[in-house]
Amino acid sequence: MATLQLDRVTKSFGDTHVIQGVDLEVDDKEFVVFVGPSGCGKSTLLRMIAGLESATSGDILIDGQRMNDIGPADRGLAMVFQSYALYPHMTVEDNMGFSLRLAGVDKPARREKVREAARILQLEPLLDRKPKALSGGQRQRVAIGRAIVRNPGIFLFDEPLSNLDAALRVQMRIELARLHEELDATMIYVTHDQIEAMTMADKIVVLQGGVVEQVGSPMELYHHPCNRFVAGFIGSPKMNFLPVQVVEADADGVGVRLPGGDVTRVPVAGEKLSPGTPLELGIRPEHLVLDEAQGPLSGEIQVLERLGGQTSLYVRMDDAMVTLMADGDIAHCVHDTVRFGFESHRAHLFDAEGLALPSLEKHPLAGLRRQDNRVASDANGA
Amino acid sequence: MTTAKTKFPATAERMPPQAAGVSPLRSAFARRLGLTALGWAIACLIFFPIFWMVLTGFKTESAAIADPSLIFSPTLESYIAVQERAGYFKFAMNSVVVAFGSTLAALLIAIPSAYSMAFLPTRRTKGTLLWMLSTKMLPPVGVLVPIYLLFRDVGLLDTRTGLTIVYTLMNLPIVVWMLYTFFKDLPKDILEAGRMDGASTLQEVCFLLLPLTLPGIASTGLLSVILSWNEAFWSLNLTSSKAAPLTAYIASFSSPEGLFWAKLSAASTMAIAPILVFGWLTQKQMVRGLTFGAVK
Amino acid sequence: MTKTRAAGRTVGGLRTLSLQAPAVTLLLLWMIVPLAMTVWFSLQRYNLLMPEMTGFAGLENYRYLFTDPALWTAMGNTLLLVGSVLAITVVGGTLLAVLFQQEFPGRGVARVLAISPFFVMPTVSALVWKNMMMHPSNGVLSWLAESFGLPAVDWFSSLPLTSIIIIVSWQWLPFALLILLTAIQSLDDDQVEAARMDGAGPVAIFFFITLPHLKRAISVVIMIEMIFLLTIFAEIFVTTSGGPGLATTNLAFLIYIQALLDFDVGMASAGGVVAVILANIVAIFLVRMVAKNLES
Repeated sequence: MATLQLDRVTKSFGDTHVIQGVDLEVDDKEFVVFVGPSGCGKSTLLRMIAGLESATSGDILIDGQRMNDIGPADRGLAMVFQSYALYPHMTVEDNMGFSLRLAGVDKPARREKVREAARILQLEPLLDRKPKALSGGQRQRVAIGRAIVRNPGIFLFDEPLSNLDAALRVQMRIELARLHEELDATMIYVTHDQIEAMTMADKIVVLQGGVVEQVGSPMELYHHPCNRFVAGFIGSPKMNFLPVQVVEADADGVGVRLPGGDVTRVPVAGEKLSPGTPLELGIRPEHLVLDEAQGPLSGEIQVLERLGGQTSLYVRMDDAMVTLMADGDIAHCVHDTVRFGFESHRAHLFDAEGLALPSLEKHPLAGLRRQDNRVASDANGA
Repeated sequence: MTTAKTKFPATAERMPPQAAGVSPLRSAFARRLGLTALGWAIACLIFFPIFWMVLTGFKTESAAIADPSLIFSPTLESYIAVQERAGYFKFAMNSVVVAFGSTLAALLIAIPSAYSMAFLPTRRTKGTLLWMLSTKMLPPVGVLVPIYLLFRDVGLLDTRTGLTIVYTLMNLPIVVWMLYTFFKDLPKDILEAGRMDGASTLQEVCFLLLPLTLPGIASTGLLSVILSWNEAFWSLNLTSSKAAPLTAYIASFSSPEGLFWAKLSAASTMAIAPILVFGWLTQKQMVRGLTFGAVK
Repeated sequence: MTKTRAAGRTVGGLRTLSLQAPAVTLLLLWMIVPLAMTVWFSLQRYNLLMPEMTGFAGLENYRYLFTDPALWTAMGNTLLLVGSVLAITVVGGTLLAVLFQQEFPGRGVARVLAISPFFVMPTVSALVWKNMMMHPSNGVLSWLAESFGLPAVDWFSSLPLTSIIIIVSWQWLPFALLILLTAIQSLDDDQVEAARMDGAGPVAIFFFITLPHLKRAISVVIMIEMIFLLTIFAEIFVTTSGGPGLATTNLAFLIYIQALLDFDVGMASAGGVVAVILANIVAIFLVRMVAKNLES
């Protein structure tokens, strides 16, 4: 049971402004992911919420109470560190019970709480071991267990999966989602991996250079990125960008000239644009389709990666490289020339400042949240 | 098996041709032999004075000044003589008290300081550290006179307390530095996790920092003991009889009438043996701290 | 909002301050009080043998000091001693570190033997060298020379400063070896192997891979040794007492003679001030060097 508000929060180290005025609302039981490239300030923001860094200005409120001057242990939070930060000289049980010991909880009560957390995480057989004798995944679970024991209102995770191998990461991702449901707590999760953000978040906060670029549900960010940075950051492989020019603009959309000379109409708001204005067109690799007959774009395949089910094509156009996800069964070879196109409502247009022209139609899934998902399927069942 | 057989000649062909007549095995063996001989020769050469001193301690006085010889009938008479000179134990006791007392004091003063430098660094931290080091470069002889007069006036001259104070201050910069190096190696996350778990600064230090950096603290303390134990400037100038440690006792053998080599050797052996063994056991840890983080 | 910032900073600052205060205050007192007294005494007429002669002397002590050829001899001796020992220990230490890095049977024991002199107190090592190694009639070295039919060398009268340099180098070579060996062990094997793949022989590997890797460790060795070598005292005290003449008198010993043998506090203090200034000049360079190490 906890909500979090950030109100014009800033952080400076000397003349370096790491966080430049962040406003954010986190609802109870929400799973919020801070995502951004390294150095964007996401970890600093998390550490400020934790109370490990002080805010230079602005207010941090938990459940409506100002927390700026309250110590990290008294904010009703628990944190899982990237390095796990287990106490190497203590057993798993002592690691998990350390906060209770400091709080003066007696031994039987401590034991009971630790056992309970260990049960949730299937750590019972490991309670007497030292962290040294654990695998990476087990250490990770102990770190989470240490957080659970404190029974916090908000869990903070600082890139918790970045030290695990790929297979374990997928497994832990699923486990974290399960835990979120079982513990019914608010969770704030920092990562640089947009896949983790997309798969786990109710709400994603994209940060860059200490500034919030966009806040929204995963599908909203995917379908309606508000600027070129978010568009490029969310989605894998990265969105392609092509230079285009405005030909005509009215209430139904903007017509632009593609590099090959063809004109396509994109349904975005840009009535006031005058013909000749240069824009950038963004189109995701999975939305580019091979079309040997009528494709408006063409280029030479430079690299071809066959993944089995899918094939990635890296195609050189006159003045751009584009990535294209195609079917696994296409028979093309390197150095073939291919023609391709896209459905115009899949395209995004960005102005000279990199801001997206707002889409005229909202994607049906853009407003979807994970809780809604459950409701929707229930409704279907009924 | 077959693959191995067919592959082996192929690899061998590709190897550079060996110099005619020299088997590679034999040259490697010769190299190893040479290396072993050189390594041992140098080690023995460096160690020889200590070895000779220990040996002389087991000789009679007349054998000690006779032509050097490894063959003699060992005797404990010098050790017994040194023991009987009641002075020896008094000096040794002074050394122990002063070395360990000053080390303990230096650690107690340095731990909070090193903690704040390693975990709460400010813009001034680096400057403070360098300044501390620079006080170590202040030649003691530059301040000998005032310290001597000061000690004389407050009655600290020739007392263990006085010498302990001086050694504490003498070693403080190096102790702070070494502790800082060891503390900084501790992942900050662990202390932060402790803070999240509700540990106060004192609890952080006692439950997490000290247990986790114990080897580093131990080797720092040990170096401080060694430096104090072996220090000879202050001990020769600030003590005369009552509080004189072993360095001063041994130095008394330099006077012409003290030309009893066997007894000198026996006393010296007893003076350096504990520190030598300590040093052997802990050299690796100690050196890591002494490199000030320049070497991991 | 501004209030929070100020409050936060003060709390953090106070915490840092209170933790560092004991160490900083003590070192500050240790440095400033005696130093101020030294400067004060150096401007006074103050001889313990002539209590009636007191009063302000101005720069008289300094004038005497600077016109006294002993000062320049002592300074020259100090620099020669420090320079030679540094050169010997750094070069020798590097070579020995490379040697003891190689695998050979009994390497561990050989290493321990080679580093032992570092743990021996200076009074002991000076006496052992003076009496048992370099003694003109009964020493091991003269015995060796005689067995080869060479004339025995009276080390301390014919080569006094060289003898001191040998003794001090013997004490500090192990220290350089210890630190540089630790540094060499931290050298990435992949780097050496990559160099070997590129066709580098052992000599090329030493100059292009090992030596650059040791740069920082060597600077640490130089710094720490400098701190101790500038104030060498015990070795001179127990062997030559600065003689013959002034041949082995360094700055530390000169001041000692003036203060505690001639009882001329004023002159001794002036010498102390000079020593401090000299040390500070050296320190500026050294501290810069360490600061660089701190940064990376």
